[in-house]
Amino acid sequence: MSAHLPPARLLRHRLSPARVRPAVPPVTPRTPPATRAESLRAALGALYALLPALADADYAINLQTPATGIAHDIYDLHTTILWICAGIVVVVFVPMLIALVRHRKSLGHAPQQFHEHPGLEIAWTIVPVFILIAMAWPATQTVLAMKDTSGPDLTIKVTGHQWKWEYEYLGERTDENIRFISTLATPRAQIDNQAPKDDSYLLAVDRPLVVPTGRKIRLVLTSSDVIHAWWIPAFGVKQDAIPGFIRDTWFRVDAPGTYRGQCAELCGVGHGFMPIVVEAVPPERFDAWRGEQKTLLAASAAAAGKTYALAELQTLGEKVYAANCASCHQANGAGIPGAFPALSGSALVAGPKAGHLDRVFNGKPGTAMAAFGKQLSDLDLAAVLTYERNSWNNKTGDAVQPAEVAALRH
Amino acid sequence: MEAATTHDAPHAGTHEAHPRGLLRWLSSTNHKDIGTLYLWFSLLMFFFAGSLAMLVRAELFQPGLQIVQPEVFNQLTTMHGLIMIFGAIMPAFVGFANWQVPLMIGAPDMAFPRLNNWSFWLLPAAATLLVGSFFAPGGAAAGGWTMYPPLYIQGGIAYDMTILAIHILGISSVMGAINIIVTILNLRAPGMTLMQMPLFVWTWLITAYLLVAVMPVLACVITMLLTDRHFGTHFFNAAGGGDPVMFQHIFWFFGHPEVYIMILPAFGIVSTILPTFARKPLFGYTSMVWAVASIAFLSFIVWAHHMFTTGMPAGGQLFFMYTTMLIAVPTGVKVFNWVATLWRGALTFETPMLFALAFICLFTIGGFSGLVLALVPVDIQLQDTYYVVAHFHYVLFSGAAMSIMGGVYYWLPKWTGHMYDERLGKLHFWLTTIAFNLTFFPMHFLGLAGMPRRIPDYALQFAQFNMISSLGAFLLGASQLIFLLAVVKCIRGGRAAGDRPWDGADTLEWTLSSPPPYHSFATPPAIAPLHK
Repeated sequence: MSAHLPPARLLRHRLSPARVRPAVPPVTPRTPPATRAESLRAALGALYALLPALADADYAINLQTPATGIAHDIYDLHTTILWICAGIVVVVFVPMLIALVRHRKSLGHAPQQFHEHPGLEIAWTIVPVFILIAMAWPATQTVLAMKDTSGPDLTIKVTGHQWKWEYEYLGERTDENIRFISTLATPRAQIDNQAPKDDSYLLAVDRPLVVPTGRKIRLVLTSSDVIHAWWIPAFGVKQDAIPGFIRDTWFRVDAPGTYRGQCAELCGVGHGFMPIVVEAVPPERFDAWRGEQKTLLAASAAAAGKTYALAELQTLGEKVYAANCASCHQANGAGIPGAFPALSGSALVAGPKAGHLDRVFNGKPGTAMAAFGKQLSDLDLAAVLTYERNSWNNKTGDAVQPAEVAALRH
Repeated sequence: MEAATTHDAPHAGTHEAHPRGLLRWLSSTNHKDIGTLYLWFSLLMFFFAGSLAMLVRAELFQPGLQIVQPEVFNQLTTMHGLIMIFGAIMPAFVGFANWQVPLMIGAPDMAFPRLNNWSFWLLPAAATLLVGSFFAPGGAAAGGWTMYPPLYIQGGIAYDMTILAIHILGISSVMGAINIIVTILNLRAPGMTLMQMPLFVWTWLITAYLLVAVMPVLACVITMLLTDRHFGTHFFNAAGGGDPVMFQHIFWFFGHPEVYIMILPAFGIVSTILPTFARKPLFGYTSMVWAVASIAFLSFIVWAHHMFTTGMPAGGQLFFMYTTMLIAVPTGVKVFNWVATLWRGALTFETPMLFALAFICLFTIGGFSGLVLALVPVDIQLQDTYYVVAHFHYVLFSGAAMSIMGGVYYWLPKWTGHMYDERLGKLHFWLTTIAFNLTFFPMHFLGLAGMPRRIPDYALQFAQFNMISSLGAFLLGASQLIFLLAVVKCIRGGRAAGDRPWDGADTLEWTLSSPPPYHSFATPPAIAPLHK
């Protein structure tokens, strides 16, 4: 299942296509130095072009429309607190404003010399305590409800990786588990301003998390590398995924739809590029989807047993590389000097297969290089290795077959 | 507080003798010289870290990557935070303490003048490491100013340079704090009781205790980070029996008091400026002192409210929610007292007063968003979003930084002997206030609508507010050049200030000449008994 466009009600904050900025060419031709008047006119023109964008935009100024009971509670709690704060603003700042307007030296106001009033001081210490208790009561109820992960209808294990999410639907038996990885689907060209940005820019994934509506879904979260946070604003769910530990949280979606969120804990270079998309479908459609996935899993196991041609592997490998490797090692394989090593011309990549395979499969502890053996399928690994060994300055001419990767798993 | 009548005339001879040129500053043990060094250093760091913020806002001006790549973006946000906190705000307040604490308590100098010199001269070394780390292989630290492992374990040499720099800054802070505590407790003019001290001195006394209590905790936790990085320990590595969340507990045990380290002296400055321009004593002096002390105490038992999304038990979340909400009580007392100080005064609106009034309004907005964030369910929704960025800039920029600016305008006439240019000051104030709100108010909306912080690129529904915010930020940055101009102009000349340019000012420094003699209060001033 691919990420659908969000339903209309979730789109109300988006830019209309007319306002999406046109693609900016990567290299602007060098122009002769402008005169002062010309550059002033250009600056004014740019400013003028900005104004309509600022003026007729529809601004989102509040929490997203809640899609779960907890999110509703959070929304209402926030609204209540805002009104209480507004009341306090009136009580505090109206006297201040009166003083600022009327008790001026320029109006001949003589300063009084009073400097304490025990009754008043005790009152404004005690009264806020009661206001706080009034705020804390509903908040406490919600906290207890959020923490109650008991009796789930479905449990999904969520693993954060730099920079993608892995979902595993826990079944009765482990061999019934459905497991897949969900990565950013926004093309690099849109991020680099070489293509128009679509409505779900940076919030689209290749494979969304599919859940049934009206069911209590429990998430158990962990991470394979650094701390991430799984967040869907419309659900009121944000939970850190911590390496080496399991945390849990839950949600129950009321209505079918596509819900979008992002990783909320700084996790490195790709932090802004690991969105979360949840597709909530009616329970019967969910069951059908689950059946399909099992068939797909069997098919992919069969595919791993085949032998592929070099070109086939390279084509698939390019896609796998873009989704998993390019944020650090860059699309051109040059890496970022000092931070992420270059793959182009690398002795490891262009050397014997075994060393290259070992690094990708097992990762490099203490660095951002993950153990991709745990994340990718044998075919994907074989493809990306083949791609790396035959791209840029690397010309080994050899193909890595899925069977060679599978050998490492036993 | 009743001012004393002693008047130290500058007198020629040995007392005024000091080395000239560079050596004067390198070897100075004079609290005024060192205060000046601290203030210039912090201004320099303010501009440097501010420039990093300009680059951040330039990248966020519109969706897509334009100016910097994500790796550099993360370096910019990380170093902006670290340098603003440790390089700009904290040293600025120590600069005020150096200049003002001895003058306000009638002391001849700080208690440990040589320690004072060393406290300052550690700072440029640390700053060199931090700024220099941008040129290290792989660039500067990019793991956020909070340095959370395991992300922070992944970085290169710049991460170690940052740890070393923070160690140096911490040593400097602790030495400075000890110096301030001893000065206040031992060197007050005879007859000045603790409850007669100006509120600024009180806030610094309490701040200094906070520093002594928590800077070593920070030093411990970054040392653990360092040994995890290089010496095979597993404090924060679950695979070796450690726990990455333990880092956050220890870090925020430092980090929350640190928030108050950066705001309590601001309370002191505002509590000094308001009575002066209201021409009326500070309302509720005693309750103000207790409020500051209560805030300081509470700051030690709220740390985990920075970590609600890590998934602690309900009991833990509720405890930290309740204690956090309690902070609203003493903070409210302070705001109420400030408003009562204005009530029925005779107000005038010189630049320092404008900054103090803006402080009350804008800091209160930061207080309200703090209250919103104290509630666990709402915090879980808003944690790590732009709402939090808005919140802490309302307390750190319109709170700490704008109180510093107000304090500079307030005491510049005393420090230099010249009046600053009132028109420049007011221009700086209004541009700063407008631009600040333009920059940071929309961030509340961005956070509510779901924009995470620390991302170099964002979804299209956030485009408008980001553009407004960036435009505001460029104006805010440019406005600070007016501040620099106003300060330089005041130092170079201007109308003579006279001993006491503010008719409502009644603390001891105004009994001295402007600028004060190089060595002031060589004989302690006489303090009148407290009038009731």
